[in-house]
Amino acid sequence: MIPVFYVAAAVALLTTALAITRTNPVHALLYFVLSLLAMGVVFFTLGAPFAAALEVIVYAGAIMVLFLFVIMMLSLDRAAAAREKTWIARPVWVVPIILVAAFGVLLARLFHGAPGISRVVSPQEVGVRLFTSDLAAVELASMLLLAGLIGAFHLGRKNP
Amino acid sequence: MIPWPMPAALALALFLLGLLGLLARKNLIFVLMSIEIMLNAAGLLFITAGMRWGNPDGQIMLIFVFNLAGAELALGLVLLLRLRARQPALNADDSNLLRDRP
Repeated sequence: MIPVFYVAAAVALLTTALAITRTNPVHALLYFVLSLLAMGVVFFTLGAPFAAALEVIVYAGAIMVLFLFVIMMLSLDRAAAAREKTWIARPVWVVPIILVAAFGVLLARLFHGAPGISRVVSPQEVGVRLFTSDLAAVELASMLLLAGLIGAFHLGRKNP
Repeated sequence: MIPWPMPAALALALFLLGLLGLLARKNLIFVLMSIEIMLNAAGLLFITAGMRWGNPDGQIMLIFVFNLAGAELALGLVLLLRLRARQPALNADDSNLLRDRP
């Protein structure tokens, strides 16, 4: 399990780095989908098989495919890729890299501590907890999705 | 099992990559994608915490993170489609007035 984790982590990091540096959005999205599949493997090695299945089915399979369809509807051409190339010229990255590195150094200090329990949490446990003690949160999530649906419907009309 | 600081470090690295994309890219498509990367990194940290404490709350929070990502992406993409009618380049720096140009 441990070598699988490291391989999947390396794939996730590499494909994410490729995704944020592409000029063609479709290529970037496909790299990001690959990164999500690698994250699914990471979740599985961390003892969360239900989360791994959700990552592949819901995130990579539904949300990202929606994103991909919308980008294909935008029908971007070669001119867009050329323009994108000028937008991500090397000097653009200098200040963000410095800021992100400083932030990363600050955050990295949080990550040390005693080893934990580390066991596999089955889908059954997740479902039981989700639909008993966390039921209010499920209702709130449904309201969030309804708000998203109504908002998308309203904004998508001809003259909102 | 893997010691928990390893996946936590992976989550931090992915989050920082997403933040880098958010800060450096101008194209709104890539800005939306960077937000998705950051949300996903947060989800990985929830899973790591769930493993660390050995309870299902991490996976439950991941479900809510997916909910949020789905709702956010649906609205973001509709806004992107509408913005493109006005401004075909989708440059984030061009839409900073919150109204039409005078």
